[in-house]
Amino acid sequence: MAKLTISDLKQIKEKHKSTFTLREGGYRAKVTVHMGTCGIAAGARNIVNALMDEIGKSGADDIIVTTSGCAGLCSKEPMVTVEILNNPPVKYKELTEDGIREIFREHVLGGKIVDKFALVIGSETTY
Amino acid sequence: MQKFRANLMVCAGTGCVACNALKVKKSLSDEIGKRRLQDEVQIVLTGCNGFCANGPIMSVQPDGIFYQKLKPEDIPIIVEEHLLKGRPVEKFMFREPESKTAVPKMNDIPFFKLQVLRALRNKGMIDPENIEDYISRDGYQAAAKALLELTPEETIKIVKDSGIRGRGGAGFPTGLKWEFCSKVISSSKYILCNGDEGDPGAFMDRSIMEADPHVVLEGMIIAGKAIGATKGYIYVRAEYPLAVKRLQLAIDQAKETGLLGENILDSGFSLDIEIYLGAGAFVCGEETALMRSLEGKRGMPRPRPPFPAVKGLWDKPTVLNNVETFANIPQIILNGAEWFRQLGTEKSTGTKVFVLTGAMNNIGLIEVPMGIPLKTIMYDIGGGISKGRKFKAVQGRHGRHKLYGERGEILSRVHRGRILRQMPSLQSGDAGDVRQIDRYNRGKRKGKRHRASPRPFA
Repeated sequence: MAKLTISDLKQIKEKHKSTFTLREGGYRAKVTVHMGTCGIAAGARNIVNALMDEIGKSGADDIIVTTSGCAGLCSKEPMVTVEILNNPPVKYKELTEDGIREIFREHVLGGKIVDKFALVIGSETTY
Repeated sequence: MQKFRANLMVCAGTGCVACNALKVKKSLSDEIGKRRLQDEVQIVLTGCNGFCANGPIMSVQPDGIFYQKLKPEDIPIIVEEHLLKGRPVEKFMFREPESKTAVPKMNDIPFFKLQVLRALRNKGMIDPENIEDYISRDGYQAAAKALLELTPEETIKIVKDSGIRGRGGAGFPTGLKWEFCSKVISSSKYILCNGDEGDPGAFMDRSIMEADPHVVLEGMIIAGKAIGATKGYIYVRAEYPLAVKRLQLAIDQAKETGLLGENILDSGFSLDIEIYLGAGAFVCGEETALMRSLEGKRGMPRPRPPFPAVKGLWDKPTVLNNVETFANIPQIILNGAEWFRQLGTEKSTGTKVFVLTGAMNNIGLIEVPMGIPLKTIMYDIGGGISKGRKFKAVQGRHGRHKLYGERGEILSRVHRGRILRQMPSLQSGDAGDVRQIDRYNRGKRKGKRHRASPRPFA
């Protein structure tokens, strides 16, 4: 590695910002993908992959993705819960890969709830 | 940059490594590979987490779910349930000693909740072997400030105003020590770091060196600039192989990136730092003995004055600070003296790292504000006496055999000013081996007078 300058120090910090958002917990938005057996069977893995892909493409460093168990509405899987800081959580149902991509752009980045997939505002308590 | 949705912070401090943390890590990477999660989940080996008696330890970020006492064979179920299905596994969580209820999140466990991390702020947060992790947590920003924006006088003033005292035990004001040395004119001066932690049961300094080696280097660069040092040495005992390895790695990385060596950050200031291995003589923790040992001579203390700030290593002006003192310096430079004084007492500012050992429920490494009642340390953080036994006494610091009973003393405050008068045993920070009382009682029963061990020089 070459000799670092002050601006290099700042760049390195920027580069790893999303990692440390994850570790320190200072995130703006959290997307929880429900991954019970029902969710996995309905294709939740592809939802996670599409979501990670969108986050990577957008370059956003203040969004985290977690998984949780079955949300209880097995017939409506795959489901995700989107939590934007200081806003109530929103649950989405019956998602497709394109659907999660749209939700990511409209809701997670843009702050606008996507009505056609929205199920309810609110969430069960998870860890 | 690859994005991961989860980071598994696996403790790889000496304690956890000794109870198979590396096998747990291997099992984790195997299992994650099997489940094809390697692009989503990252495993990070960190320094000492602090909850040593409960190792091997892992925390899962982003949610901070804390797992303890892991075995390699436990890993498949955690990977499947938690990482794949999002259901944290209660079986491996911490349980309240009395109610036995599981506490999933690390920050909800009283042992962690009541701590304030400054010297240990990067523990469990970074990979100590990766300089970019350290830089991402504002690493080397304080050095940049001290080298490029502040004059040595300004740096010394900030450190003086912060009120920080040496964390090695004697409690001498750090800023004052730097000021004495900075005023001496000499062609060469030395900045030394005392990593010769010798008190039985204590591992505050080892943990810092293992978990965050770059913070020690950064503290030394700032101090070196302030006093005008030309060379630095870290004196560390050879019994700390992991600390030595990580320090050496950190030095190599810092040199490679120009954060050590010639003309650091184009400031015109140059400093080289070397590790010197001590052979483990307790007396070499005393500063003048340490310097003799570093010179290759028999480690014997010499009378002062002249003080090391005037005549130290090879009779040149020298400042020696403890590992934990250096670990506090970058934060003081970045956040200011007032910030540092917000915690602690008027005469003992900031926080202090302690090691809890003995018959307590929670054993390990903690950092708390100065002035915290010993009772809080023992009962809230330490979780009280193990196996429902009655409290008998607490011993502070190694062989001086000072015991503190239930009446009066236990309510005393960890306050350096008072420590010097009443509680010398708590100075270095390793609070509490309750078992010591038994030895004391045995001695009494045999009609022997309980004799304190010889007074150490520190």
